[in-house]
Amino acid sequence: MTIQFNDETFRDDYTFRNSDWAIDRFPFPFHEDSYMYAVNMEQHRGGPDGSVYEKRFDVDEHYVAEMRDRAMVLADDPLRCQSLPHMTLAGWDLLELIMVSKSEDYPDLFELHRDGDRWRWVNKPMGIDDSFTFMDETTLPYGPMEYITRQTQGDFCVLDQREDNLWMDAGIVTTQADWSLDFDIGMNFFEWHAPVPLAHEKGIFVRALKFLLNIQQGAPARRLNWTMTVNPLLDTSPENYHKWGVQKTTLTPENIGEKQHLRVELQTFFRLPRSNALVFPIRCYLCSFQDLMTKPKWGRRLHRVVRDLPEELATYKGFIDNRPMMLDYLSKFDDGLPTSPGVFPDTETEPPLQT
Amino acid sequence: MSKFEFPPAIKSRPVYGTLEARPGKHHLMIADAEGAEAILAIATPELMANTHIIYIPRGTDYADKLRALNPVQFYEGPSYAASVTRIQRTLERSHMGLQIYLAGTEGLMGQAQNEAMKAGFPFNAIQTEHRGSIARRMQCVHCKGITEDVEIDPFVCSHCGLNLFVRDHYSRRLAAYQGVCIDAEDPGNVPPSKGIYE
Repeated sequence: MTIQFNDETFRDDYTFRNSDWAIDRFPFPFHEDSYMYAVNMEQHRGGPDGSVYEKRFDVDEHYVAEMRDRAMVLADDPLRCQSLPHMTLAGWDLLELIMVSKSEDYPDLFELHRDGDRWRWVNKPMGIDDSFTFMDETTLPYGPMEYITRQTQGDFCVLDQREDNLWMDAGIVTTQADWSLDFDIGMNFFEWHAPVPLAHEKGIFVRALKFLLNIQQGAPARRLNWTMTVNPLLDTSPENYHKWGVQKTTLTPENIGEKQHLRVELQTFFRLPRSNALVFPIRCYLCSFQDLMTKPKWGRRLHRVVRDLPEELATYKGFIDNRPMMLDYLSKFDDGLPTSPGVFPDTETEPPLQT
Repeated sequence: MSKFEFPPAIKSRPVYGTLEARPGKHHLMIADAEGAEAILAIATPELMANTHIIYIPRGTDYADKLRALNPVQFYEGPSYAASVTRIQRTLERSHMGLQIYLAGTEGLMGQAQNEAMKAGFPFNAIQTEHRGSIARRMQCVHCKGITEDVEIDPFVCSHCGLNLFVRDHYSRRLAAYQGVCIDAEDPGNVPPSKGIYE
């Protein structure tokens, strides 16, 4: 299919919108009517046609606008992209992985022509046509990781593997759920997850690390994570929290359907061939409550999940103060009927909302 | 002086031990203020014969006691900032098997550990012992400025003036804890400050 790229913003006037197509394929993260942390990993080997799981690096209608937003964030704060000196090889690995994947998965949008180490990369949506020498940094306008991730939706953490641990030694982070790459760079897996409540005690991180250390080349994995964001703001960084935090207080019963967004991260994990690093793309999808409510199953389920979430998690995810207002809104879309298992909306089979 | 027992905390927070003399040809001990007590506790003439002490008194009077231990090298610096090039030079010129001992405030140990890591020493091979002030070295996540010796929570960033709360999240690379704006969602609503562990 040909994607119609939106001309939209993720700040100031917030013109971001999801088309019906984007709502249909939104990665709703709850497979049942409740939520608790789990090592919810699965293989990243495609998925239903048209779903966000189908391609290795999903490209959607927000691509061009998201890349514009990333460039603005980096211009304001270059520390959002950092790579410790030993990570350059992993950056080349990542550039290769993305260029090969995108040119194979979206041949109408991206082209990669290789003649030995002389490469030509064509990115049609962004109007880029660059020739460079693979593994020669001087032939690119940025380091290899920054070059390719300025053209790829989602944040990227590039993790070095040593001492039976993973180390956050490079990354580009402009669409994050309130964590700082500049602060966390150089930390190991347990350290950068240190502020997360409950999950350490449940042994989640020990098991997740064991899984991740064993990811092999050509066998990527994925999981979903989620939080809540008021307004479709991509850059919910701690760096700018003193500027955006106040937006959380602008919710009213009248505007909550439009302003409150479920923020879902599609996290994938790929082993990189030369460096043996692990790349961890964190792709952010936003959907307003009112758009989610167009799927009766999602309406019923989101109400139950938000209602029953432990207080620590609602606090950590930053919506404890707004939870009562969310529940007032969401309860109108929960008629108490059972929901089908799994994340998909099942619009053909789920009954409409009973009033 | 009794040692402060830090309450259990999240996994990025450093854990300090108790210095012990380890076998080695060369020993580098870096301390500030009451950190001198940790050195005095393990000093023997044999150890001191191969020990270089870098010490920042910060208004205390331990320097003469350390000097009296007769270390092979002794340096007394007026501040960490004034001493850091000397620390870097010492680490650059060090040989395999150097034993490193850090004692005193978290800010001193964190910064000296960072220098040792940059020189190629694995952080978990460096001994540490906390003594003296429990003040923290804080990085403002917003302006990135470092405020030294923060004893209260919340506190005012010495660079950008935002009201910051003190997190336990700690970066070895920055040798600092993270400070985050406390009144972002309700500007001006800043609770009264209290001691960090109160």
